[in-house]
Amino acid sequence: MGVSSAAQAPAAPAGGSVDLFQQVDEGLKNQGFLVTGLNDLVNWARSGSMWPMTFGLACCAVEMMHAAAARYDLDRYGVVFRPSPRQADVMIVAGTLCNKMAPALRKVYDQMAEPRYVLSMGSCANGGGYYHYSYSVVRGCDRIVPVDVYVPGCPPTAEALVYGILMLQRKIRRTGAFVR
Amino acid sequence: MASADLTARDEGLRDLLALIEPTLGDSLLASSIEHGELTLRVPVPQIVRVLTYLRDDPNMLFKELVDLCGVDYPERERRFEVVYHLLSLRHNQRIRVKVATDEATPVPSVVEAFSTAGWFEREAWDMYGIFFSGHPDLRRLLTDYGFEGHPLRKDFPLTGYVEMRYDDEQKRVIYEPVKLRQDFRSWDFLSPWEGSGGLLPGDEKAKA
Repeated sequence: MGVSSAAQAPAAPAGGSVDLFQQVDEGLKNQGFLVTGLNDLVNWARSGSMWPMTFGLACCAVEMMHAAAARYDLDRYGVVFRPSPRQADVMIVAGTLCNKMAPALRKVYDQMAEPRYVLSMGSCANGGGYYHYSYSVVRGCDRIVPVDVYVPGCPPTAEALVYGILMLQRKIRRTGAFVR
Repeated sequence: MASADLTARDEGLRDLLALIEPTLGDSLLASSIEHGELTLRVPVPQIVRVLTYLRDDPNMLFKELVDLCGVDYPERERRFEVVYHLLSLRHNQRIRVKVATDEATPVPSVVEAFSTAGWFEREAWDMYGIFFSGHPDLRRLLTDYGFEGHPLRKDFPLTGYVEMRYDDEQKRVIYEPVKLRQDFRSWDFLSPWEGSGGLLPGDEKAKA
């Protein structure tokens, strides 16, 4: 995760290993402080506390709830659902995006503070899915907002969504920069 | 459902119809009992009177309007049908009332008789363009604000006329004429239950 002790600074594997914790622990014990890159620290903080906007539109939202509930427990990853776009970093578009909803979705996205990320969940949000040829459905939410991660499935399982969130964490870490 | 059940139910419906017929008289165009369900056809101007009678008569007490919907039959002279489904909890009976109309003929609103009809009629107006006269607030219910056309009409194309995207210059969501990246795929909808005479592929081998 890029956090390394003052004494040694080898690149630790992502996700954190026992070695990393030992290094951190020893660093703290010996010197009482840690040294790391600011980018690394920021990315660590960003990817470790992605607060999604609660934006459930259809049946995918139920899987999103499963992912957040006790069995998969997204809280472990620092993913805490927020009721307000102003407190959110990520928007999970979970479900069919209708024409009537699209302006509201864009408004919510515009209200989110930078840096913001969008995770498109399920066939309907990815490209219209079952309703691709419908008169009232947006053919993919990337017509309305820029999307970072697409999670396929109809609906994707809770595991798939968790995997998508982990992929988004990885993307944040790898592309890490102050300004997007 | 066992056929004995069905016969008993038909018996009940026939009794019900025998009660209805003398009262409604000439405002009953036709009636039928099929699949254990009673259907009445009434003329458009009579619909409020008929539904009010079915609601209030002690022998009927169809106090619940379960559903009100439109149907489009483009081949008919009066292309639309409005279908009312009623439920009598007191007598454990259901009844279906139909009226035929077209784009130009308004159907009297039944909001006065059943307040639940308000949104049902708005939906029928939205989807089919059936006009209900006397409705307190006949706006579109489901489609987008400013939507044009009535999407459940048979002559309305599946993909509609416009599609939506975010315009970065205008900083808002805009409508554009539909441009499909991928052609509409023509599936073979021949149903083994309806289309091909009930023969599934391979059935002919079983007979031989």
